[in-house]
Amino acid sequence: MIIKTKNDIPSSEITDPLIFRDRRKIIKAMLATMLAGSGISPLLADDNKPVWADLPTCDIIADSLTPTPAELVKNYTNYYEFAFNKKDSTKLAQNLITDPWSVEISGEVESPGTYYLEDILRQQMLREYIYRFRCVEAWSMVVPWVGFSLGNLLKTVKPLSTAKFVKFTSVYQPETMPKQRSNAMHEWPYVEGLRIDEAMHPLTILAVGMYGDILPKQNGAPLRLVVPWKYGFKSIKAIVKIELLKSPPITSWNRFAPDEYGFYANINPAVAHPRWSQNSERQLGSGFFTPRRQTELFNGYGEQVASLYSDMDLRHFF
Amino acid sequence: MILRIDNLHPATLIVCLIPLLWLSVDIAFDNLGANPIQALHIRLGDWSLRFLWLTLAITPIQTITKWRGMANYRQMLGLYAFFYASLHLLSYLVVDHALMWRIIGIDIIESSYIWFGLLAYIIVFCLALTSPKSAKKHMGRNWKKLHRLIYISAIAAIIHYYWQLKGNLAEPLFYLVILVLLLGFRILVWLKNRQLSKMMIPKGKKALELGEEQVVISSASVQDKFKTK
Repeated sequence: MIIKTKNDIPSSEITDPLIFRDRRKIIKAMLATMLAGSGISPLLADDNKPVWADLPTCDIIADSLTPTPAELVKNYTNYYEFAFNKKDSTKLAQNLITDPWSVEISGEVESPGTYYLEDILRQQMLREYIYRFRCVEAWSMVVPWVGFSLGNLLKTVKPLSTAKFVKFTSVYQPETMPKQRSNAMHEWPYVEGLRIDEAMHPLTILAVGMYGDILPKQNGAPLRLVVPWKYGFKSIKAIVKIELLKSPPITSWNRFAPDEYGFYANINPAVAHPRWSQNSERQLGSGFFTPRRQTELFNGYGEQVASLYSDMDLRHFF
Repeated sequence: MILRIDNLHPATLIVCLIPLLWLSVDIAFDNLGANPIQALHIRLGDWSLRFLWLTLAITPIQTITKWRGMANYRQMLGLYAFFYASLHLLSYLVVDHALMWRIIGIDIIESSYIWFGLLAYIIVFCLALTSPKSAKKHMGRNWKKLHRLIYISAIAAIIHYYWQLKGNLAEPLFYLVILVLLLGFRILVWLKNRQLSKMMIPKGKKALELGEEQVVISSASVQDKFKTK
């Protein structure tokens, strides 16, 4: 159980734990890479201890949540690039090559560029964000993500006033991803998108870890989006490209079944999926005979995000 | 037939309980993965579907092999389909929803895939109720009419399966192919019979003889078709 406390130290006075912790690790990993010539991620350097053991917790949300046991989160995730079931995709995702990793940030920005993940992490303030995560398949969990504000990252490349949407693209790695190889279901790579105000919202993060450790590959390593008030499929994994655009991108599930998966995909118990109810959810870790959880509008983050949609018909823009 | 299938009846009765036993072991050893409630629910659904398919396979097997006593198996497997479907429904109501009727009500109203599951179950329920031999005697011709609804139940069950998926269709497709074969066999037999009965309209003795010849030929050709499959 993680008990959240209000953070009294101004954030400017906190040394970025990643820089603090990782100096030794990065040097070690660089040596290892030089010696072995192989890709050992700097973040994966040999320590068995969690990489980020006691990170400050994001204090935007007041209520304290108990995280779902990590083993459940690690073994219950969709990754359609690898397989169409959770068990096989978790196994096959271990083949993903995540090192080296760079992210292109381009489009309607003043200073586009391609950045190594390590360089991005050195600039960003990592925090723990304990969020509810609700899948469109009507199950949910509570995950303590390690990440940083997407808005802060975008500010560093100076978005132009013409930037109205953000498009995210997952890695295209057919040699490790069987469903990309066979061109199954989606047009690969996977694409997701947000409106610029959603992307800049302080709850929207890019995660590099969970449970104090680096992200497992099946959970989106090395870099994934987390938008806690939207269905899980919006929270795209293994991001290699972030583009700021004038018009909304065509996103993967929306393209696959436009009447079933909307661009917004805001969690809303009142708007059913055409084939199943979204009124309740099964929380991972809850026992037999435990009632399902009543799904909340915006997954319970309405206080923070409802104003983004104040003049919108959520039934139409589902 | 050297094999006395009648003797296998009690054994089959027990074998059909193995899936339940296996499931109980997995529950006891916490072997159902990260979402055990859903896993339990899916396993029971899978087995009701399989037993329904096995039930539908009996008539074609009987036609092809001419084994006797298959009707008893059809009844037993059908009752097992009902048994597993009942557990499937109970797991939904009790294990997953803890009998929270308001949430169950909303879930059923808003989830069209459940409507097909319910339809499939209501039919199987009626067939199980009228399954005893006494009911069969009592109902006469209506019994057969009622029990033909099993085809509707099977089709509803496969829609129920397919309609809840996000796009991963390999498994329902597998069951669909088998269902098409099982129902296709019946259509084939029905078409042949209809053709024959048309030819059998007596226009004198010769026509009748011709018709009888056709019976032998056509039933043989039906069998050949299935042997090659």
